[in-house]
Amino acid sequence: MKKLLMGNEAIGLAAIRAGVNLVCGYPGTPSTEVLETVAKNNKDHAIHVQWSVNEKVAMEVGAGAAYAGARVMVTMKQVGLNVASDPLMSLAYIGVKGGMIVLVADDPGPISSQTEQDTRRFAQFAKIPVFDPSSPQEAYDMVEAAFRLSEEKGVPVFLRPTTRICHACATVEIAEQWETHPVEGFQKDSKWVIFPRLSYQNHLKLDGIERDLSWSVSPFNRISGTGRKGIVTSGICCSYVKEALDSIGEAAHEIKLFQVGMPYPFPKNMAKDFLNGLDEVLVVEELDPVLEDAFYPLCGERRIKIHGKRDCFTHVAGEFSAELAEQWIRKMLQLEKAEEKAEEIPALPVRPPVLCAGCPHRASFYSVKQAMKGKKAVFSGDIGCYTLGNAKPLDMVDTCLCMGACITIAQGIHNVEPDTKNFAFVGDSTFFHTGIPGIINAVYNETDITVIVLDNSTTAMTGHQPHPGTGRTMMGEITEKVDIEAVLRGCGVKHVVSANPLHLEEAVKAVQQAADFKGVSAVIFKSPCIALFKPERQFQVESEKCIRCKKCIREIGCPAIAVREGEVKIDSSLCYGCGLCAQICPVGAIGGTRHETV
Amino acid sequence: MKPFNILITGVGGQGTVLASRLIAQTAIELGALAKTSETIGMAQRGGCVTSHVRIGEDDISPLIPLGKADLLLAFEPAEAVRNLKYLKKGGSMVVNTRAILPVTCAMGTGYEPEQMLEYLKKQKDRKVIFADAGAICEELGSFKVINTVMLGIALKNDLLPFTKEDLEQTMRKFLPERFQEINRKAVNL
Repeated sequence: MKKLLMGNEAIGLAAIRAGVNLVCGYPGTPSTEVLETVAKNNKDHAIHVQWSVNEKVAMEVGAGAAYAGARVMVTMKQVGLNVASDPLMSLAYIGVKGGMIVLVADDPGPISSQTEQDTRRFAQFAKIPVFDPSSPQEAYDMVEAAFRLSEEKGVPVFLRPTTRICHACATVEIAEQWETHPVEGFQKDSKWVIFPRLSYQNHLKLDGIERDLSWSVSPFNRISGTGRKGIVTSGICCSYVKEALDSIGEAAHEIKLFQVGMPYPFPKNMAKDFLNGLDEVLVVEELDPVLEDAFYPLCGERRIKIHGKRDCFTHVAGEFSAELAEQWIRKMLQLEKAEEKAEEIPALPVRPPVLCAGCPHRASFYSVKQAMKGKKAVFSGDIGCYTLGNAKPLDMVDTCLCMGACITIAQGIHNVEPDTKNFAFVGDSTFFHTGIPGIINAVYNETDITVIVLDNSTTAMTGHQPHPGTGRTMMGEITEKVDIEAVLRGCGVKHVVSANPLHLEEAVKAVQQAADFKGVSAVIFKSPCIALFKPERQFQVESEKCIRCKKCIREIGCPAIAVREGEVKIDSSLCYGCGLCAQICPVGAIGGTRHETV
Repeated sequence: MKPFNILITGVGGQGTVLASRLIAQTAIELGALAKTSETIGMAQRGGCVTSHVRIGEDDISPLIPLGKADLLLAFEPAEAVRNLKYLKKGGSMVVNTRAILPVTCAMGTGYEPEQMLEYLKKQKDRKVIFADAGAICEELGSFKVINTVMLGIALKNDLLPFTKEDLEQTMRKFLPERFQEINRKAVNL
């Protein structure tokens, strides 16, 4: 059956067809839709699907299930793997009984991430095999192969698609029949308990797996063509290289191509075959020079020239494209290309991503800004839509590092600069993810910070996933809502208030009181993400009353408000009726009406 | 179906993703191969977004190389200019004339939509069709259908490699019941 599928959907459906028993993970672009696809197609609830609280938790839940013999997939983005690295490093040594795929999506560019780290490197570091798909179809096919390899070798394996695989749609051939995989159950054995002596033995075992696999042949590693020049490539770059070779045409016919679908363990035997008869090699790979580094000694021994990131022949950072691949191949073949003159175009507007019109975070940031006017304060932000609070005119995110770090960075600054008021802005999902240990740390070490929890009842940035505070699970069940206020009090925070950020006066007062409190304080700003409801009213500017002071534009930066033909106007296609602008207008020129258009 | 590349561009929130899926799905329903690549994630929040649709070839990149698009569907005038480099000589484009001013503009850095439209009008070797898709949306009572409105205009001008009936069939099959009626109207206006 052929279907138009997003890469992530193809991976999710392949896991179902392979009889996966448990899928868990934490949302993160570009990985999120894999788990969502499994949940959406979970017939009779045969598969346990969960958004775990964070990636470490997910990895451990997955490990437990795999100990019991289940087929497991754990999903996350590349930075999520950092959170999960503690259990993963040990799990590589302990091993698994049921097949376990750790699905980690990398993000060259980066397009939606903090780092350009390369999970193939992580595979080398953890000594577990990694599959690197070059298309949604290959990603689909690799899932079954990865489960089998994991079971055969008794170790978890990585599947690491990149953004252009995850979020590309393609025609994918999917199987009609589904496998079932009965779970044998957990059998008590000392091999499940990690001890130094066992780790020594298992280190030898991991080394053996690496050696075995580097001499074997994987169907996902392919050599084609003949010639004195060669190209090594992997992942989405395979399609860029092929498109570039087509575009160059005749002059590129004498090229030998090595597509590496399984970069670790490095296919040493195939690499030697590939190098036979070559005198120059170009490596086209995004992120780290993983294949290039593996080829370096082999090329050195054979006196073959090698080009890639190390000699700055290709780009060290950022996303690649068919155009770039063509440019580098032409350079290796010493082919000139007639430079086409770029057309001159008028100056274009800059369009940075912004908080949506009506987003409650805008009001939260604005109220803290008002409450702290003229005072020395540092605002630590975190990962989520609300990172966008750094944009002018709000300008309310002074630091952003990684999930949960706002709470702890604020403490570090305060410890050495006690005359500063330190705020930490944390989203609801991030609070559960890694926020709580930081809260306990502040209470325990008596650090005077104010935590602002931006509770919009969802994990918004990644596409509105439920979390422990929402009371909904990926099995479609209604469950206990974990109450953020009770958690804060339970951690020992003495001053906790909840407020509606869209009521400006009340919100500012709540912030002032929390800031004045000596010790850890918290304000929970509760207001749902605009994607969760339909607007009930919309606002307009009464042009007779408006004095064109543009305070609404200068101070809150709402994308719905702009000057058109000399007048301040609110775009009815964008206004979501939050009413923040109406509350700051000095002459009361902005008024709301019931909403008519959808 | 012979190879055909369509670049859809606009501002996050305008629904370019659905437009590219509908095109790709229609091509597949007609027995062709199709690939798409879309902007998902942070840039969706009011940033520039592009969706690439490639019909007819298997072993190609999901991204259209510069100068290889046959059709450019621009949901916003400045985004049309920004992505003109993808449109081949002899290609066509449909441009929604209604501008979306970014917040940075509102704070003083100018952007004159008229200037963009003037520039687009001067294109000699590319066919340009202007339409006030925003006005059509107002008439329909929803800005969420701007994507199907744009597809309707492209089909009316015979710029897609399939017919309006083909697209309607895909919409019947893949859109949720409650969106059927308004999107059918949008394609037909």
